[in-house]
Amino acid sequence: MSEVLLEVQQVTKRFGGFQALSEVSLTIHAGERFGLIGPNGSGKTTLINCISGVLRPDAGRIRFRGLDITAWPAHRRTRLGLVRTFQIPRPFMSMTVLQNLAVPLEYAAGHADAGAQAWRLLEQLRLADKAHLRPAELTQIDLRKLELARAVAARPVLLMADEVMAGLSSGEVDEVLAILFALNAQGIAIVMIEHIMRAVMRFSERIAVLDAGVRIAEGTPEEIASNRDVEAAYLGV
Amino acid sequence: MRVLRPLAAVVAAVLLAYLLTTVVHNRYYYFAAYVVLQYVVLATAWNILGGYTGYVNFGTAAFFALGAYTAVVLLKTWKAALLVMVVAGGAVAGLLGLGIGYLTLRLKGVYFSIATLALAVVLQTLIMNWDYVGGATGYYAIRPRTVPLFDDYVAFLFVVMVLLAALSLSVAWAIEHSRLGRGLAAIRDNEEAAECLGVPTLRLKLLATTLSGALMGMAGAPFPYFITYIEPASAFNLDYAVNSLAMPMIGGTASWLGPLVGAVLLGTAQQVATVTISSELNLLIVGVVLVAFVILAPEGLLGLVRRRQQRRPA
Repeated sequence: MSEVLLEVQQVTKRFGGFQALSEVSLTIHAGERFGLIGPNGSGKTTLINCISGVLRPDAGRIRFRGLDITAWPAHRRTRLGLVRTFQIPRPFMSMTVLQNLAVPLEYAAGHADAGAQAWRLLEQLRLADKAHLRPAELTQIDLRKLELARAVAARPVLLMADEVMAGLSSGEVDEVLAILFALNAQGIAIVMIEHIMRAVMRFSERIAVLDAGVRIAEGTPEEIASNRDVEAAYLGV
Repeated sequence: MRVLRPLAAVVAAVLLAYLLTTVVHNRYYYFAAYVVLQYVVLATAWNILGGYTGYVNFGTAAFFALGAYTAVVLLKTWKAALLVMVVAGGAVAGLLGLGIGYLTLRLKGVYFSIATLALAVVLQTLIMNWDYVGGATGYYAIRPRTVPLFDDYVAFLFVVMVLLAALSLSVAWAIEHSRLGRGLAAIRDNEEAAECLGVPTLRLKLLATTLSGALMGMAGAPFPYFITYIEPASAFNLDYAVNSLAMPMIGGTASWLGPLVGAVLLGTAQQVATVTISSELNLLIVGVVLVAFVILAPEGLLGLVRRRQQRRPA
């Protein structure tokens, strides 16, 4: 298998008396398509928050591209190529779509020619005709695409897509899936956090399952689909 | 050249102001203009943090007074030159700005604003009990008898304030047209998203609070010479906090022009009201105008103009 990109080692996170993550470990390789699933409240977003630097884990270590980034601020992780999207899109409301992309292009990717690069990305995500609109004027799917485009503009090596398809129609899910496949084909490793099983199963090469803050299973989509513990976690039997 | 344009504007403004002092000799105009220009500096400085970055500072008076009292210390101890006082006042207030920058790590929104207001109260209490700078009774600052090139010291102070106002506006203009300005706007719109997209939010916020504080301190440094008798109640006056917030809101917080427009309009209205009606009316005017703007034109005068232009078919 190709080189190890991200190593999450026994990460634990508590909120007061609530144990959100208990010694969760994950390994993600360069260029991999990885699915992260689990019932609501199982700790998926908390894990992404710990990996991206929005939260500090209480215990455990996180290594990315061979560096221990456990104590790094989020913007330095992003600059190293570890980029995430937010479950609920968080566009910069006062800026146009184009200006939204300029922020990561300038601050994370260090592009001298941010303008041309932004247009290229908008073309790729079929947002070019909306370049001069403000987020308030966008539809749900376009907001998701903007969230993705902004993350890609930061030039990720590993992209963590937190429920980018939630609430989208079946056709829109296929459109976002195609975009993610295309990004992966460019060499970007992708972690997909998703509830839409059809999408996760089709997309992922490997899947990890979280339940109540514990990693209960990991394997290929086929292995996960037939796993007893996973079935129990989802159906509560 | 992008750097040369604001620099040329600063030099031109100061030269024009100087020429004016050789023509107009009524001192009252310089007193009034000084106050308005002082508000141009304060409003512009406030807007760097409040308008661009989205952190509302209620403690303008603390930074202004810190600049003024730094000047008092320098004056009393070394009889320092005005330029030294302005630079030192800016430096000390800038340090305080850096301090409140670290507050933004834990305090956001209205909690940050309350903390800055508390800061002004604490600082005022400290100064009131510091006898060296006059304590609660105040301090008489004796102006130098003459100043080269000028017949009158107030005219000189007016030109100094023109310089500071032009300088502040150039700083704001430069921020707006730079990567820094776009980073600050990202913080204002969504701080967490900005951080996750590579913006070093803490460093940028510290830059904004330091710059904003330093400019406010510079505006306060000539104050002892202007007023000649300085005491805590006037240096820490609530007017400074209220005006420097209201002026950008009225002009428009999105651009460097907004605080300038707001300060000139509101500041002039206050000066006129002080002479023709009563000096007590000032805050009432601000209050009424501010409420009217928040309801009718939340994006300020500039936003109103922009919207009108957009509505007109191109």
